[in-house]
Amino acid sequence: MILVWLIIVLFIGGLLAGLAERWSGIAPRWIALAALTIDACLVIVLILDAESLAVSATSSSWITDLKWAWIPRFGITFHLAVDGLSLLLVALTVFLGFMAVSCSWTEIKQGNGFFHFNLLWTLSGVLGVFLALDLFLFFFFWEVMIIPMYFLISIWGHENRAYAAMKFFLFTQVSGLLMLLAIVALVFVHYQSSGVFTFDYFDLLDAALDSTVAFWLMLGFFIPFAVKLPAVPFHTWLPDAHTQASTGGSVILAGVLLKTGAYGLIRFVVPLFPEAAHAFTPVAMTLGVVSILYGAKLAFAQSDMKRLIAYTSVSHMGFILLGVFAWNAIALQGAVMTMLAHGISAAALFMIAGGLQERMHTRDMGRMGGLWDDVPRMAAIALFFSIAALGMPGLGNFIGEVLVLLGAFQVDRAMTVVAALGLIVAPIYSLIVIQKAFHGSPSEHDTIRDFGAREMTAMGFMVVATVWMGLYPQAMMALSEPGIREQGSGIRKEESKQEIHTFGSPIPDSRYLSRGAVIRGQETGIKTSGSSIPIPGPRSPIPESRTDKP
Amino acid sequence: MLDWLWLIPTFPLAGFLILTLTAGRLPKPVVFGVAVGSVGLSALLTALLGYEFLTSPPESHFYRQILWNWMSVGSFSPNIAFYLDGLSLVWLGVITGVGFLIHLYSVGFMADDPSCSRFFAYLNLFIFAMLMLVLADNLLLLFLGWEGVGLCSYLLIGFWYHEPANGLAARKAFVVTRVGDTAMMIGLLLLFLHLKTLDIQPLMQRAGEQWTAGGTLATLTALLLLGGAVGKSAQLPLQTWLPDAMAGPTPISALIHAATMVTAGVYLIARTHVLFTLAPDIQFLVAVIGAATLLMAGFSSLMQTDIKRIIAYSTISQIGYMMLGLGVGAWTAGVFHVVTHAFFKSLLFLAAGGVIYCFHHEHNIFKMGGLRKRLPVTFWSFMAGGAALSALPFTSGHYSKDEILLTAYTVGASGPLFWAAGVIGALLTAMYTFRLIFIVFFGSDEKTKEVKESFGYSMAAVLVVLSVLALFGGLLKLPLHDVLHSVFSETEQATSVGWVGLVTTLIPFLGIVIVYLFYSARIFSADALMQTGIGRALNRFWFSDWGMDWLYDKAFVQPYKWLAAINKGDIVDALYKGIVVFSRYCHYGVSRTQTGELRWYAAGMVLGIVLIIGVGVLS
Repeated sequence: MILVWLIIVLFIGGLLAGLAERWSGIAPRWIALAALTIDACLVIVLILDAESLAVSATSSSWITDLKWAWIPRFGITFHLAVDGLSLLLVALTVFLGFMAVSCSWTEIKQGNGFFHFNLLWTLSGVLGVFLALDLFLFFFFWEVMIIPMYFLISIWGHENRAYAAMKFFLFTQVSGLLMLLAIVALVFVHYQSSGVFTFDYFDLLDAALDSTVAFWLMLGFFIPFAVKLPAVPFHTWLPDAHTQASTGGSVILAGVLLKTGAYGLIRFVVPLFPEAAHAFTPVAMTLGVVSILYGAKLAFAQSDMKRLIAYTSVSHMGFILLGVFAWNAIALQGAVMTMLAHGISAAALFMIAGGLQERMHTRDMGRMGGLWDDVPRMAAIALFFSIAALGMPGLGNFIGEVLVLLGAFQVDRAMTVVAALGLIVAPIYSLIVIQKAFHGSPSEHDTIRDFGAREMTAMGFMVVATVWMGLYPQAMMALSEPGIREQGSGIRKEESKQEIHTFGSPIPDSRYLSRGAVIRGQETGIKTSGSSIPIPGPRSPIPESRTDKP
Repeated sequence: MLDWLWLIPTFPLAGFLILTLTAGRLPKPVVFGVAVGSVGLSALLTALLGYEFLTSPPESHFYRQILWNWMSVGSFSPNIAFYLDGLSLVWLGVITGVGFLIHLYSVGFMADDPSCSRFFAYLNLFIFAMLMLVLADNLLLLFLGWEGVGLCSYLLIGFWYHEPANGLAARKAFVVTRVGDTAMMIGLLLLFLHLKTLDIQPLMQRAGEQWTAGGTLATLTALLLLGGAVGKSAQLPLQTWLPDAMAGPTPISALIHAATMVTAGVYLIARTHVLFTLAPDIQFLVAVIGAATLLMAGFSSLMQTDIKRIIAYSTISQIGYMMLGLGVGAWTAGVFHVVTHAFFKSLLFLAAGGVIYCFHHEHNIFKMGGLRKRLPVTFWSFMAGGAALSALPFTSGHYSKDEILLTAYTVGASGPLFWAAGVIGALLTAMYTFRLIFIVFFGSDEKTKEVKESFGYSMAAVLVVLSVLALFGGLLKLPLHDVLHSVFSETEQATSVGWVGLVTTLIPFLGIVIVYLFYSARIFSADALMQTGIGRALNRFWFSDWGMDWLYDKAFVQPYKWLAAINKGDIVDALYKGIVVFSRYCHYGVSRTQTGELRWYAAGMVLGIVLIIGVGVLS
């Protein structure tokens, strides 16, 4: 029930905020804060639940699960559940919700009510995405979060907002359509083999798929998530959307919305189509590596500060793609840590860029320079998050990157070595921000106001969170660990090199990879051409004891 | 007592946090108190701990302190943990001891700077990071310190950020060392893949057990770690950042770019010496890199005109000696040279800082002259430092350098070659050192009438203390061998062959005589030598660090900038823009048919009917 409340509170909060503007200009902000505070309390309750669960050491990784019938005719249910992974992302969403409200405090002057309505509805949709375990419901929330986001960009954005908003909408909508097709096709294939209409995640995990069909369906899921992530070559909506969005919009976009893509890869693409995703590994890893380097190179070229930060997101998301497709627990944990750390560091950088734009009315770094003299607090915090973004050990982003590299290196050395070049190009773009905006000789501009108490409080939380993730990531990793373990349970620790190399092989013989076999595959591994391929097991709440043909 | 170890890095960290959180609002004396006090406490604690460690050593000659589990995924479970043994103790002493002196000096040097709070915050953070580096129990935590010192180096080189050139030098230092760091990171990945841990001691043990000497894996990992070491320690081919790093305040050059951070590479190799012993090819490469670097940097130093750049190239050259020592297996001698070098090189930098301070930030040595009488304390400090750097007998540098060279002579067929390189390097060392001294402190003092020693007692006292250390640091030789004995388990020292020892000892004097003839007695003229064709070419070549900066600029920097510039707008977007243009084009095409004229529509309908019938009939 608590899961429904998480979503409903923001939903109603949004409505109230929208209505409250009639009575008072500042009421929507406080309503938004109140709604987020309630959600934060709920998240804390869930985290405590998760910890008590960890103590009791139950076998299931799901903390709580809720299932209501919705459209029984088609097997559509209102199914929400949370495990450590989704809980971390829910916590991140609520946390960044506070940040988005805080940084819009003075920036949004018109349409306060509608702004917070959209903001809360986006967040509510995102929470739904992280919690839904019915594919129909998932798709519903996937769409719900896009539309208010469209308004956030197109109404409160900057000079070229209509173009950017439309681009964002088309990219996500068209790719979303692919996902809808893939979902429906998956349900039908499952119906044909089992005679049961269901959209439920756990039921569909057992769907027996022909390997060709599985490949195309996997692609139908992969592309929308890769667009959202975004991975090269689907990334071009991001710089425009980020550059044009208001600060609060950018915070939500970079911090949370991109993570839904990563979450989808981990939650759906890999477990639903393990062997197809498996076969797709070389392509996905290549896309990841290309994103890392290409994003970094593009970031370095930019003179628009928000655009630069947007491209750094492309680069960092490349690490996530690499980590998810490295198929082992270390890399997956790295991907999760990168999601959290990047969520905070990118959001903070956007808040700084947004703060500068609010004060100087420009994002062009060529017109900044020497700002350290005027706004030392802003500069110091920008420096902090820049070095966090370049992967300084002791801060959260490093943990994510190093785990991804460690995990991916066990799978594909050449690819990982190329990805590691990202460590060289990261400081080139990160430090150029500091140089152009804050160092150098002071340029001609009016004196501007430094961060005040409200901004420093928000930034303080983010700094502490980043340091905490860097020095004691175990706190988060312990939460996500049970889910990750099940996710990567097909990957044996003692697995040898030959086994790993089969990861790059083409789609394995379908005779051996019927769905029934896959379920057992998580424990046994499957024989193909003399070597045993460990198949990552899908996650099932029910202990699997069914046996099929070999 | 030993369980207070965690406090040693905690004090500077606390200092950093206090200075950062108060953001310059503290009065200056409090800033100085916090900054110097925190490092002072660390130094004191190091002394106490060191005393305890030496008088009543732990059973296994090391002490490990686990603070907390950093993270734990599957088999990867590094701790935040400290490891104290003889090797880390030596560095601990240098970092906190010399670090404390330089903090004290900085109080005088930076007193007038408006943002000295920021300066001391960075400085404290540096000490913390450096302590993490040498105390780390695993390579990942070592990497934390490793990157941390790189960050502080970046921040402090670019401390005077108004000048864009300083920012460029800072970024160059960071990015160039990061190239080495990336190699090191890949080395870490490889080590973890094969040995399943990053804890240094188990790692070394497993490498020794599982890997054969000269095997591919050992060679490859040693090579990758060496990549990290040459980046941080400014050795060939990644030495180009260090001379530019002189853009930072002079105390920084003394602390980071002479005494501590640049020796991190030496520490890494010494710390993982088991691995390098397993990879004889790479250990040989270490010696070759050391020898080549010490020669190249020696020649470059001889050509410089900026007082700090002369000393910077000298630093590169001296670290070359340390590398040579490690490469030929003279582990203790290499580490010993780190210690003596920390004394005399920081002394030289601080003395040079004294000259610069009194000379209104003038760096060009040819604008100086006859400063001997005007700056007596500085002069005598410089003499002490110069003597030790040139390895004149009975100074500290003599003991460490001789030990390296004599060991080098005895190893294998290439030993005499290494020795010869080192001896030529020693000749060069004496030449560039005394060239500097003759030009700056001797000769006529016409140009420098107004200059007088204007710094306070704190700076003078530090110079005196360091002079004493530089002159008499050689006394540490025996205690150091005792301390490091349990770490390296070396065989007995090399015994010198008669004439070899004599040449090694006397060669610096030859250098002094040569530069005396050129720059003081002026029997020969350096200017005339420069006028000749080959002289001018060599001068320019060596002055510009053998053209390596130019090479890297052409090979990496310009192409990357070019790539960035031509694709600023992101070529991938052209694909999507193409779709937009295409659909818009179709839109125009189709909307053209909507003219509002009846005959168009009638004609269109007829055409459509004909087409449909036609298709129906024909198919």
